[in-house]
Amino acid sequence: MNNKGAKGSDTLRRITGHHLFLPIVFLAVVLLANVIKTPDFFEVSYSNGILYGYVVDVVNRASELVILAIGMTFVTAASGGQDISVGAVMAVSAAVCCQILSGGEVSITAFQNPLLLAVAAALLVSMLCGAFNGLLVARLNIQPMVATLILFTAGRGIAQLITRGQITYIRVEEYKLYGSYIPGCPIPTPIFFAAGTVILVMLVLKFTALGLYVESVGINSSAARIVGLNATRIKFITYVICGLLAGLAGFVASSRIYSADANNIGLNLEMDAILAVALGGNLLSGGKFSLMGSVIGAYTIQALTTTLYAMMISSDQLPVYKAIVVILIVVLQSPVFQQKFRDLRAKLRQNTAASRKEGAAS
Amino acid sequence: MEENIVLTMRGITKLFPGVKALQNVDFTLRKGEIHALMGENGAGKSTLIKVLTGVYAMDRGEVCLDGGEPAMIRSPQEALRRGISTVYQEINLCPNLTVAENLFIDREPRKRGLIDWKEMYRRSGELLERLEVAVEPTRQLGDCSIAIQQMIAIARAVDMRCKVLILDEPTSSLDDDEVEKLFELMRRLKEQGVGIIFVTHFLEQVYAVCDRITVLRNGELVGEFLTAELPRLQLVAKMLGKDFDDLAQIKSMKETERDSRQQAPLLEAQGLYCQGRVKPFNLCCYPGEVVGFTGLLGSGRSELVRTLYGADRPDGGTLKLRGKPVKIDTPLQAMMHGMAYLPEDRKRDGIFADLSVRENIIIALQTKKGIFHPMGRREMENFADKYIGLLQIKTAGRETSIKSLSGGNQQKVIIGRWLLTNPEFLILDEPTRGIDIGTKTEIQKLMLQLSEQGMSIAFISSEIEEMLRTCSRMIVMRDHEKVGELTGGDLSQEKIMHTIAGGGSDNEQ
Repeated sequence: MNNKGAKGSDTLRRITGHHLFLPIVFLAVVLLANVIKTPDFFEVSYSNGILYGYVVDVVNRASELVILAIGMTFVTAASGGQDISVGAVMAVSAAVCCQILSGGEVSITAFQNPLLLAVAAALLVSMLCGAFNGLLVARLNIQPMVATLILFTAGRGIAQLITRGQITYIRVEEYKLYGSYIPGCPIPTPIFFAAGTVILVMLVLKFTALGLYVESVGINSSAARIVGLNATRIKFITYVICGLLAGLAGFVASSRIYSADANNIGLNLEMDAILAVALGGNLLSGGKFSLMGSVIGAYTIQALTTTLYAMMISSDQLPVYKAIVVILIVVLQSPVFQQKFRDLRAKLRQNTAASRKEGAAS
Repeated sequence: MEENIVLTMRGITKLFPGVKALQNVDFTLRKGEIHALMGENGAGKSTLIKVLTGVYAMDRGEVCLDGGEPAMIRSPQEALRRGISTVYQEINLCPNLTVAENLFIDREPRKRGLIDWKEMYRRSGELLERLEVAVEPTRQLGDCSIAIQQMIAIARAVDMRCKVLILDEPTSSLDDDEVEKLFELMRRLKEQGVGIIFVTHFLEQVYAVCDRITVLRNGELVGEFLTAELPRLQLVAKMLGKDFDDLAQIKSMKETERDSRQQAPLLEAQGLYCQGRVKPFNLCCYPGEVVGFTGLLGSGRSELVRTLYGADRPDGGTLKLRGKPVKIDTPLQAMMHGMAYLPEDRKRDGIFADLSVRENIIIALQTKKGIFHPMGRREMENFADKYIGLLQIKTAGRETSIKSLSGGNQQKVIIGRWLLTNPEFLILDEPTRGIDIGTKTEIQKLMLQLSEQGMSIAFISSEIEEMLRTCSRMIVMRDHEKVGELTGGDLSQEKIMHTIAGGGSDNEQ
């Protein structure tokens, strides 16, 4: 009996000690709050060959954020800083894609150039943006926040230049598919992009030593050099990856609204992406990272946003409520609080051990 | 009792969960004495200091100042107020402030609520002059050498009228000249009646400057001795708690002199140099020998091996390995050619603090294999377990993060990391610095074993004795230049000193 109890508490400790424990708890709390507020939150209905429901909406809307958060995780881990230009890079990517598809027209109803070419070009340009950031950070040792501030401010301007200051509309059904639904498939397409990215990156981490390299460089780039790692190149690569993923997110976002809106695509999304990384239990100062943590963080943020909308909070008040929740979560994850938490747990354990002993004595 | 006692600690006991860090320890410090606190890592030196300075609360015991009533010291601030100052190895000052600002930070002289800069500079000047520290008060602290920074930290303590000055490993990052300067300062303070507690790993320094020695072992007091009455060997025996013949054993191992010279050289450098770091040098290393690199700190001994390894990119010269010319510009190239390099600064260049022992062990082999050939989980675990066992690394497990290990065990992990890559040429730059004597001896023995198996080892240490015990040949460096090579009968402390000093005495005052 006692033995069983000990075993149980051991499992409990292992679960609560897991690095994904807190991120999952946060997500669960946000979801729970939803169920209380909106009982039909988890209800998923099926009509016209498409799934409907709050949950589907959250998962769908979070797709771009998930993709961004993965890139941000790498950048954060390797360079101990964040890429704040990803939102702007999304706009650049969308602009390139739409401009090539439209062939310079403002609004089209048929592709002027092959879609594959447009997407490839958009992703290439995004990678170049990432490479530019990477060059500044890895090669010239500029602080990531400062280095990426350049594209953060200039990116949307560049996007405007590409689309010549207009919002380019691609009114082609085929283009809309990537932001909505593929006929015959009840699940929104962006979810596939997000899931595909997560799986692909997981495979890369499994079949290469990239994860260990990134962590090593992030923890101690000087020691990394001594053990034969090219710290500069690894940091550079993470920025290129981040740029590429921002480009992909930009494409999905642009497909949702079948246009390139340089002013609004990915607006403020870089901050959400950074937050997702932090919520995932990752240190913003770099080093060890958890990709799944960031992904869960991204869904948490989107769930929160959707919740607040569902509670009829207007979009201009949204940031205030978001800030409150974020403060709560970040404080709970702070080292001081974690220590308190650990102490409390140790105390509880002692108490139960003492009471057990007493029980045995009597 | 003597009346010039400034500090008595009696029956100090400090418990940590599961460990008795200190058990019934007594310590007495007299006015105007330099008192060494000795012991291996984990003996309880730091804990005792932390209890004294109020960082830890003791569980039992009492601390009396000036022979008075037991005093409660609850915080470092309170310790300071009562005249106990500490200067740590890592200097706790602000490098981007001036010397004067650092001296008076938190207690700046004020005039009408504003800082009185004139007064501050004047008082700083006076203070530094009195202690004969040659530095301008207006200079930025970061521009001063580590030794000067340390002296400024001491000056600050002195100006705060400390009666007890604790110097925790102050000499680890100083070269011989700077150490001598520090000692002069310590002697001057001693004359002024300050009681100094000196924590160090260097035996020579203890004998050079200390009046008394208190030895701790496993949290218990071994005893208090007058330096003059305690021979070195006995001190070592007391610290280790056993009659220690391992040191002698090492010597005998080395005496089975192998004639490695008959073999072809493993490594040949011709005119290799690195601008501003090391001047052109020639070097031959043979399989199965330990070559020592000696010279003062900053003489270019580390720079030389870094150039060999490609950690500093060579600007010219040729390098041959096993008779074949090779080009080594980066550490990875060196690793591919069977070289390994344990860097001087363990914290900065060695460990990945947040990674586990396992990851720290396999990282070098992993980079050697390349990013597309990740090692399997089981493979990594086997390697980690093998070296944890082989080097007797004390760790809770292979997944423990390396930062929670003691310095000596961290060093062993890094040695394991390099042994795992199966090197032919192993560079060890200060592998024993800041490590307790037991581990030191283990590392020395390991070096000899490895060389016996045919490995060629380049060894750098600040302790000449240690090198004499292990090296069969020594390269002497001075001013970034190789100035001599000593073998066989020439391997003696005097001869080395002589070569380091450059024969003549023109360099000295």
